[in-house]
Amino acid sequence: MKTLNVSLSPHIRSGGTTRRIMLDVCIALLPAIGVGVYVFGWRVLLITALSVASCVLTEFLYEKLMKLPVTVGDFSAVVTGLILAVNLYATAPWWIPVLGGVFAILVVKMLFGGIGQNFMNPALAARCFLLLSFSRIMTDYPVLDGVTSATPLQQAAAGEIVPLGQLILGTHSGTIGETSVLAILAGALYLFVRRVISPRAPLTVVLSTVAFVALFTWIRGDAVTLNYLAVHAFGGGLLVGAVFMASDYATTPVTFWGQILFGVVVGLLTAVIRCFGGSYEGMSFAILISNLLTPVIEKVTYPRPFGLEKAKKERKKA
Amino acid sequence: MFHPSFRGGVHPKDHKSLSSGSAIEALRPEGEMVYLLNAHIGAPAVPVVQAGDRVLVGQKLADPGGFVSVPVHASVSGTVKSVGPHLCQNGDTGLAVTVENDGLYEAVPGFGQERDWRRMPKEALIGAVRDAGIVGMGGAGFPTHVKLSVKPDVHIDTILCNGAECEPYITCDYRLMLERADLSVLGMQILLSLFPDATGVFGIEDNKKDGMEKVREAIGRADNPEGRTMVVKSLKKKYPQGGERMLIYAVTGRKINARQLPADAGCVVVNFSTLIAVAQAVAFQIPLMHRVVTVTGDAVARPSNFDVPLGTPFGILFEKAGGFVSEPEKIISGGPMMGAAVYTTDLPVTKTTSCLLCMTKDELGNYEPEECIRCGKCLTVCPERLMPIKLKNAADAGEYDVVEKLHGLECIGCGCCTYICPARRKISQSITAAKNHILAEKRRAAMKQQEAQKKE
Repeated sequence: MKTLNVSLSPHIRSGGTTRRIMLDVCIALLPAIGVGVYVFGWRVLLITALSVASCVLTEFLYEKLMKLPVTVGDFSAVVTGLILAVNLYATAPWWIPVLGGVFAILVVKMLFGGIGQNFMNPALAARCFLLLSFSRIMTDYPVLDGVTSATPLQQAAAGEIVPLGQLILGTHSGTIGETSVLAILAGALYLFVRRVISPRAPLTVVLSTVAFVALFTWIRGDAVTLNYLAVHAFGGGLLVGAVFMASDYATTPVTFWGQILFGVVVGLLTAVIRCFGGSYEGMSFAILISNLLTPVIEKVTYPRPFGLEKAKKERKKA
Repeated sequence: MFHPSFRGGVHPKDHKSLSSGSAIEALRPEGEMVYLLNAHIGAPAVPVVQAGDRVLVGQKLADPGGFVSVPVHASVSGTVKSVGPHLCQNGDTGLAVTVENDGLYEAVPGFGQERDWRRMPKEALIGAVRDAGIVGMGGAGFPTHVKLSVKPDVHIDTILCNGAECEPYITCDYRLMLERADLSVLGMQILLSLFPDATGVFGIEDNKKDGMEKVREAIGRADNPEGRTMVVKSLKKKYPQGGERMLIYAVTGRKINARQLPADAGCVVVNFSTLIAVAQAVAFQIPLMHRVVTVTGDAVARPSNFDVPLGTPFGILFEKAGGFVSEPEKIISGGPMMGAAVYTTDLPVTKTTSCLLCMTKDELGNYEPEECIRCGKCLTVCPERLMPIKLKNAADAGEYDVVEKLHGLECIGCGCCTYICPARRKISQSITAAKNHILAEKRRAAMKQQEAQKKE
């Protein structure tokens, strides 16, 4: 008989793999991109393809160059590419997704140690880098035929009423993947069912953003209407950010209460930027800033071990 | 139905149907029998026989080596061949008594004779349990008489029989429920007689509905003149439901931590097999020298449940199970989640061998771990509500003080974190290694202190 394997227990594992998780995220992003193609045309596919190719190639070349094991097979670079594409306008020139992909993977991900080590969401960091470097191109949203060309948040800021049906279907201006509530929710549902992410962070982000926006608008003395709040929840990049970016593994807390606290912080920052800042959008910066707080949030929300909950309370009493 | 349960845990495929249908088969092996003297928690037993002695079934081969220790009995009749070192399950060597089986199964006088346990005083009952060499048969092997000897100021209100059998593959307790439920109820009655205010609870996972029914029937049938309350409690099927702390929580709603004993929650917890051993020892004067072992896995031709004399070499069990259909890559003594992988089959069945699992594929060993993606799944499944990945990182870096500060000693080693990790990281393994290191350091420090005090 050949020598038997020996190792410490356990000896079995679930079938889950990193690649499977990343594939699930890719699948969940497909409806949003599909609606993007429907609303903005075939150019969306070009932008998406360029973004994904740039991310994967950057990771591959970097690892080859640095003589590291090649990890593009785990699909995490594909996810970064897709999320970056979702955050771009369909009218962007071809080099925008390419440059963004290189920045996201090279600067934000690989230089900090690769998968799981980055402290900021690579796709969002790339978007903000592009936004600050090429602000004119990056805010040049597509003009749609037949409907008003401003994004819902701009319309709401101007005091216009945005039809809800338009928000839900996504037939309005915006970035490639942010327009359709229905498509994003379908992706979110898939991720929840597959247990890739928990609904904790996304839900708290949306709820707290709406609550803080309502509070701040009321403080400013403006009218808080239901339509106005609905536009804030569904109109901008909030939903797609809440589902796909505020739940990112590497850059958000892993603890139960940490995820909720993270959601509230993102909501607060988004509302502050949207109500008092110079931009209609606030989601990307809010998430990036919150990413930096992740280690602190994790520290203060360390879970209480089983059977030690009472001991702590008693000590406090004593 | 309402199932109180701990948070976390995993649901591995249980593979119990491999062997759950085969009735318990009694084996009477021939050849050499090996009795390990340290196959329990506590001091090793001290041999009382010499090479050349003739021993009978039920005869004591070794005396307990202290209070937390148990005697070891012969399960066959024959001649003692040697008393010397033998390989143990953990890869260490320990003292063992080897007996050449003469196949006559001649027993010591009084063996198997019924006795009126109801008239026995409490001390005699606990003494009978100790003299029978009974230890926890679920896998830990903690001497049962120590569990029963609770301090007089501790109030025990629940005797908990652990029938969860939450590890995949294992079916020995399940078969015992179907075939020997009456004995388990008798064992429970004996334990209840030690604690006047206690209720007897059989905690059984809800994938063993027929087992629960059999135990319920046995309770109804039992001769119960004292009118003691005994109930069957259905537990949610989830690993590690049979963990002592999880089980106590599921049944009583009380939580204990690593520094506490079940007695702190008013409980005494015994395994289902152990309960049957108690009944046989106290009511029929049969010491613990048999146990039911599940032999299963995809490498075995005929997965079975065997009632084997302790000391039987593993090889005989594989043979009786039809041999191997394909060469096993890994053989585990115990379940796949917490059992010990053995590198040779030259080992005997001990009091804690619940299962021999033969796997043709090593699901864990063949993969290289990848980078952590911080998915947080290990936190979600940890029944102790720890942060396994943080503990692993600290353990791998040798930062044992951090492991301790992050409550690493609360870890029960259930393995849920390694099981779920999508990056195939060996989380539980690292934590267990660090935990063992810390505990060893602590013991060493305590011993040093004791020596210093002695010198003074």
